[in-house]
Amino acid sequence: MIRIGEKTVQRLLMAAAFSAIGGLLLIALFIFKEGLSFFIETGFRRFLFADVWDPQSGLYGIFPMLVASLWVTLGAMLLGAPLGISVAVFLVEFVPRSVMRVVKPTIELLAGIPSVVYGFIGVMVLAPFIRSTFGGPGLSLLAASFILGVMILPTIISISVDAITAVPASYREGSFALGATRWQTVRMVVLKAARSGIIASVILGMGRAVGETMAVIMVAGNAVKIPHSALDSVRTLTANIALEMGYATGRHREALFATGIVLFVVIMILNTAAGVMVRKRVSGKKG
Amino acid sequence: MTETKIDIRELNLWYGSFLALKNVNLSVPPRLITALIGPSGCGKSTLLRALNRMNDLIPGVRITGTVLLDGENIYGGALRVDRLRKRVGMVFQRPNPFPLSIFDNVVYGLKVAGVHNRGILRDTAEKCLRGAWLWDNVKDKLHHDALELPLDQQQRLCVARLLAVEPEVILMDEPCSALDPIATAKIEELMAVLKKDYTIVIVTHNMQQAARVSDFSGCMLLGEMIEFNDTQTMFTHPGDKRTEDYITGRYG
Repeated sequence: MIRIGEKTVQRLLMAAAFSAIGGLLLIALFIFKEGLSFFIETGFRRFLFADVWDPQSGLYGIFPMLVASLWVTLGAMLLGAPLGISVAVFLVEFVPRSVMRVVKPTIELLAGIPSVVYGFIGVMVLAPFIRSTFGGPGLSLLAASFILGVMILPTIISISVDAITAVPASYREGSFALGATRWQTVRMVVLKAARSGIIASVILGMGRAVGETMAVIMVAGNAVKIPHSALDSVRTLTANIALEMGYATGRHREALFATGIVLFVVIMILNTAAGVMVRKRVSGKKG
Repeated sequence: MTETKIDIRELNLWYGSFLALKNVNLSVPPRLITALIGPSGCGKSTLLRALNRMNDLIPGVRITGTVLLDGENIYGGALRVDRLRKRVGMVFQRPNPFPLSIFDNVVYGLKVAGVHNRGILRDTAEKCLRGAWLWDNVKDKLHHDALELPLDQQQRLCVARLLAVEPEVILMDEPCSALDPIATAKIEELMAVLKKDYTIVIVTHNMQQAARVSDFSGCMLLGEMIEFNDTQTMFTHPGDKRTEDYITGRYG
């Protein structure tokens, strides 16, 4: 009896696990089915690197959005990565464990705030601030970068904290015993030992930044053009799909699915890279 | 024993409310090997770690009494703890080279001290690796990962890394417990050479090791130093019944 129960539970759990993978496969299949033919017909270069997106005239170049996504993500990393890693180092190395046990879950709670709320704050506070301080429309590349930079903090902090915590205490002891101060120990040993995990956290944060849609739509301004400054209004790839999918038909619709393929592949690459970094042995090899 | 390198006076140490060291007095002679023996949990590692203030890293530790290094109290506040640890270095139970190259491990202490001259770093690395009898094993792979070395070479790398900061005292916390007998013999031989220049204090579970390598021995029990004497006398004519019981194997 017991054995039969065991088997049943095992099968059920396995089915649950496979349904998750199945979901992913179905999504991938769907996007590729809808978008791949367009991708092939238009051609890789004419789709990715043509800079006019005008569905009414049948022009589907996503280059402006590609550039916008790139800049917004880069800007977010510029803010989020150094800040997130600093916070992680501070939490693990410079405050008592009891404080970290309170602060870390609180930061992880940030990940639970709906992105529309981030967007709301961006519209109400950040955009007016940028408009009055730096000029421009306010809803801009800079605003989107900033909001995304904050949104990816929980990812970067949480994974970096885990990576730094996992550095064996014996490394720290060995360093202290040679007369190193805590900061020297962090800089010269701990960060090197935790390097792959920290890089993974940054890559995963990047994945989140590339994929984020709602908050970006609200604060980026959404003008389809190649930005010339951080204060320009931009539209990212994700924003473009979300904004136009509602009324798109025919070729236009297929073009949006093809954009989805681009995003899908980029995020897959980023997540795989992060996975590889996490699995990589803690190592101080040069290069 | 006329000279004293480290003079421990009335040292008490608490972990929270647990008294781990009870009124310990001990004079460590310079340029000799002093062994601390005793059953597990008797406080010998705690005492060792009190000598370079590694216990500071453990929350809830409280210390009274004095530890004089060349007459200066290391708990007096005048001596900065990072300076103290440069003078009183430590080799740990498990080899703990950093996840860096062999070269970077050896020169770590120098870099910490602000030395960045490549020539000096290279010369020191060679000198210290020779000093720890590791040079011939690693001279062709200085920039390989230190963690690729076999355990006994890792432990000797930890010694080399220590020599680079030119300490006066070397504390060894069961340095051979992770090593096989052949590797242990190498470390013991190395210790015999090192004591010409360094004061060595070693904690060991291995009675034969204490008898083989040390000049003086202290036997501890439940946080107390029950006997301290020259090793020869301690192992042939123990003055305390409890020491005799431990040495002859009647304590775990």
